[in-house]
Amino acid sequence: MLSRPKRDLTMAETARTAAGARVDLVLVAEMVERGAKVLDVGCGDGELLRLLAETRDVDGRGIEISREGVNEGVAKGLAVIQGDADTDLADYPDDAFDYVVLSQTLQATRHPRVVLEHMLRIGRHAIVSFPNFGHWKIRWKLMVDGQMPRTDNLPDTWYDTPNIHFCTIKDFRQLCDAIGVRMETAVAVDAWGKPLRLSAPWWFWNLFGEQAVFLLSRKS
Amino acid sequence: MVEASATIDFSERAREADQPRSPLVRFGADKPLRLDAKVDLSPFQIAYQTYGTLNAERSNAVLICHALTGDQHAANLHPVTGKAGWWESMVGPGRPIDTGRYFVISPNVVGACMGSTGPASINPATGHPWGLDFPVITIRDMVRAQAMLIDHLGIDTLFAVVGGSMGGMQVLQWAASYPERVFAALPLAAATRHSAQNIAFHEVGRQAVMADPEWRGGRYEIEGTNPRRGLAVARMGAHITYLSDAALHRKFGRRFQDRDNPTFSFDADFQVESYLRHQGISFVERFDANSYLYLTRAMDYFDLAADCDGILANAFKNTGTRFCVISFTSDWLFPTSESRAIVHALNAAGARVSFAEIETDKGHDAFLLDEPELLAIVRGFLEGAGKTRGLPAVVK
Repeated sequence: MLSRPKRDLTMAETARTAAGARVDLVLVAEMVERGAKVLDVGCGDGELLRLLAETRDVDGRGIEISREGVNEGVAKGLAVIQGDADTDLADYPDDAFDYVVLSQTLQATRHPRVVLEHMLRIGRHAIVSFPNFGHWKIRWKLMVDGQMPRTDNLPDTWYDTPNIHFCTIKDFRQLCDAIGVRMETAVAVDAWGKPLRLSAPWWFWNLFGEQAVFLLSRKS
Repeated sequence: MVEASATIDFSERAREADQPRSPLVRFGADKPLRLDAKVDLSPFQIAYQTYGTLNAERSNAVLICHALTGDQHAANLHPVTGKAGWWESMVGPGRPIDTGRYFVISPNVVGACMGSTGPASINPATGHPWGLDFPVITIRDMVRAQAMLIDHLGIDTLFAVVGGSMGGMQVLQWAASYPERVFAALPLAAATRHSAQNIAFHEVGRQAVMADPEWRGGRYEIEGTNPRRGLAVARMGAHITYLSDAALHRKFGRRFQDRDNPTFSFDADFQVESYLRHQGISFVERFDANSYLYLTRAMDYFDLAADCDGILANAFKNTGTRFCVISFTSDWLFPTSESRAIVHALNAAGARVSFAEIETDKGHDAFLLDEPELLAIVRGFLEGAGKTRGLPAVVK
């Protein structure tokens, strides 16, 4: 059954969160077991890898598409390679990692389903965080303005956004069902970064969750 | 016609081949170098330079592998040319390969001509330079010899092995042959095999040397000649492959050299011609023609996957080494696709690998140059690895 992750970050770690780590990254970090082997797909400048190394003692690797992000990550001593989630995950062997993380990147991939399938082939678990396009503000903007919504989190215009495959929490759950993966844990956070009540129904999450984080595993 | 200056003292280079102004280790009959060509090279010697201090735990040694026409003088004045070391931007106090922190070992490869045994060395059986009687050597032979040097220095595990181009091939061979002895590996502008195009370029260079009537079947030192024209032409051709169209255009364009109009002759009217001729001439001052044949051959033969039934990932199976692979956007000799092949194989082997492609118009030679991004990445990678290895910031 679906459960909430244990909130077991230490005081210092929580302080760090307050000091600036992104909320969704902290939520991801909470889902990772200590000492695990993690692949972060679309790792940017390596913020999550760093957080995982510092708070979870994780053996982390990253893939990032932008040259600047990669070079910054490597210069920080992180194991990051330049690559594309859509094309390069196929090169990884089965079961190479405990967790494969895709944070805020799913909606920018060309083939989200294929990417998700690869993640669950490469890793025992997959952790996916994404902006929920079903959030009421987005629905409202589309309805009232009749235009592709732009928010603080998603400021790009439709013609220059990297996000080509937006989905809602409901859509994502349907994809998980279609692929046949087990949803172990899920969290939705509201616009203030506060997790929504677990007991709340899915439609509530889909309406009030601005972002969602899912911990998935293969159905064996 | 390319004319080498008459003032060059070639005997100085010849002397350097046997009695280099570098520390030297000689391996006697009891320690032959077993070559891939199925012969033993014995006795043989390796010339090398070191920088910095080996720590008490012997855990801070960094091996530098030089490229085709490089040598051991990475961070000191070159004894023949008097020029600065070829990697001063990378190696030295406070540099990314910080000699205040690491003990840097920079050997001359076997087959080269700056003091390690090669075709320019005296064959003890004849008392003359080996010439073409020298056995053909491979990248693996170079690495085997380096491992013997490292043994001799009493070092079990290298903190890092670093090199570009042919040096990068050696780095990959080190990681494949001695994974337990390499904590971190940095192959720069490298490949796991020499491509057909690159073999083709090398063949043109070799044919230029061999077409020089002064080459004399490789017996030029005995016959008192020197195939400098052939070697200079080989160098000119090769040098183009180390640069890029954009870099040549930026540096020289179609500008004339010391004149305003074409001379309607075959003088070096264009700056780029003059530059290449200078490159060719200055190269023959410091390099042996036969060594050039042997080292290009060693690169041609390099194919790491061939040693493991064609499956590159098997070369790195169960490796504990951490890798930092770096390529350059304008490098068409060892293009990024070659580095990606390395990364794919390492990923398939589950290795811990970083990979960065650096944007530059400077071509293959970019790894030798003062590229801030390159320096920052090498520094960051080594610092990260050093932390894991438990190296103190500065050797006491």
